Amino acid sequence: MSSVDTPSRGSESRVYALRPWVAAFARRIPRARGILIFAVVAWFAVLILLPIGTLVRGAWQEGLSASMEALGAPAARHAFSLTLGITVASVLINTVFGTILALVLARQRFCGKLLLEGIVDLPFSVSPVVAGVMFIVLFGSDGWLGRWFESGGIRIVFALPGMVLATIFVTLPFVTRQVVPVLRECGLEQEEAARTLGANAWQTFWQVTLPSIRWGLAYGVTLTVARALGEFGAVLVVSGSIIGKTQTATLHIHQEFTDFHYAGAFAASLVLAIASFCLLVFMELMKKRVEAGRT
Amino acid sequence: MSSHAIREPGGAGKRPRWLQHSDLALRGISLGYIGLFVALPIVALTTRACGGGLHRVWEEMTRPEALFSLRLTLMMAAAMMIINVLMGTLTAWVLVRYRFPAQSVVNALIDLPFAIPTVVTGLMLVVLYGPQSSIGTFLSAHGVEVIYAKPGIVLALLFVTSPFVVRAVQPVLMELDRDMEEAAATLGARRWTVFRKVILPSIFPAVLTGAALSFSRALGEFGSVVMVAGNIPMRTQVASVFIYGEVESDNPLGALGVSVILLAGSLIVLIALNLLQRLGRKRDE
Repeated sequence: MSSVDTPSRGSESRVYALRPWVAAFARRIPRARGILIFAVVAWFAVLILLPIGTLVRGAWQEGLSASMEALGAPAARHAFSLTLGITVASVLINTVFGTILALVLARQRFCGKLLLEGIVDLPFSVSPVVAGVMFIVLFGSDGWLGRWFESGGIRIVFALPGMVLATIFVTLPFVTRQVVPVLRECGLEQEEAARTLGANAWQTFWQVTLPSIRWGLAYGVTLTVARALGEFGAVLVVSGSIIGKTQTATLHIHQEFTDFHYAGAFAASLVLAIASFCLLVFMELMKKRVEAGRT
Repeated sequence: MSSHAIREPGGAGKRPRWLQHSDLALRGISLGYIGLFVALPIVALTTRACGGGLHRVWEEMTRPEALFSLRLTLMMAAAMMIINVLMGTLTAWVLVRYRFPAQSVVNALIDLPFAIPTVVTGLMLVVLYGPQSSIGTFLSAHGVEVIYAKPGIVLALLFVTSPFVVRAVQPVLMELDRDMEEAAATLGARRWTVFRKVILPSIFPAVLTGAALSFSRALGEFGSVVMVAGNIPMRTQVASVFIYGEVESDNPLGALGVSVILLAGSLIVLIALNLLQRLGRKRDE
């Protein structure tokens, strides 16, 4: 059919027929554009894809059995379960209190609210190491609260509670930041209608407010999980990195790396990288839902 | 002012009575949450640094290693920021204005560095550019050391902060009205002139926002840098690594001083950014 339509461009159309997408690509993109696109793709490939590819290849070269063995070692298993536990604890606390805080910030007016809004964002700009130092100062054996806990026989620093506290600090803004704009947008009408129809505050929250903020909340929780799984600096400073006791997955990777146990470091890194990739895919889906909810 | 208060959802003017008791309870819980987990640790850090003998903290802070680490952190963050502004703006531009194969893949993976743990980033870079890799040996044969040297630090910071500028500029470019550009082009302006005189002024605040966010993040970055640069005083020791070293060697006073400076640095960047955004919004109105 095409040979009838374009007899004069016979040779050209044969080239197109051979590599239609190459030709279409070349025709559509003038030279300056081509250079810019190439620069961006190359930059992206070298900066981000190349390192990730190296990690996958490194784990591959060490062999599947060596990787599995390294992941099955008691220290590794303990590290991953500790990371999971800390993540669950900090996500729970930040979700519950972050939602309450978002409700207060979006719905109430009081003096000092602007200051509160500023403080909520602070953890993002504090270096994780500095965050760790803060908790050592506060809960160390001669700290304000540490002295008190120590006399009660509870260890916070260089133990699990301190690591949970540090992770909570580092991931605190995510939920609130995602929920506040959604709350502002959906307004008060539906809640007020529910109240007028006789629902109590609790029912209103569960059946009206929560469904309308659910995607924003889910997005915030996903961000919190991703950050909590990967947190390193704050936890390292607070925990003291005691093998088999206070070593999380990221600390375990660091330990294996400094001990030249590359198989273990690669395998654990790959597990974390795959987890964060899945979270990223999940995040993209959430973001679409949040945006769809807005329009 | 009063009309504004009424329009605001939940404004004091029209809030029903049933809200008020639970309102106060929620407000108390929120203040307790923020107070305990954020405000108290920060206050404790600053009072400890300033309280227990200011001159001793000052002495620790002005040690050559501490000063060097702060200067190195600033320099590396500045170098990262310049590259990030250029490449980030270009990436946003290409993603918004052009169509090319694999575009959606690039767009979706832009956020990947935010999701990958920083230790994993560091490990990847060491494996890629380290002395055992082919790229690393090639580069060091030509006199370029990446790992345990400054280029590695900049590279790690770039990886970790690369989404900031792109994600700040992209939405602004998307909403930009094309009429002005077309008008300028019709009036005979060349493409570069259109970019400089029409597009750049409108995306400049967004570029600045992305740059400030990435700078603030780079000041405190630890995980990737400690893996890539190691802990060599006076050579590759950035401020966060210096703090960690002081904690490890049981010298809290040394850690406190530099910690407070880092904290103040990123605070100043953020406050300046906030003021700038507010100024911009006022000018728009």
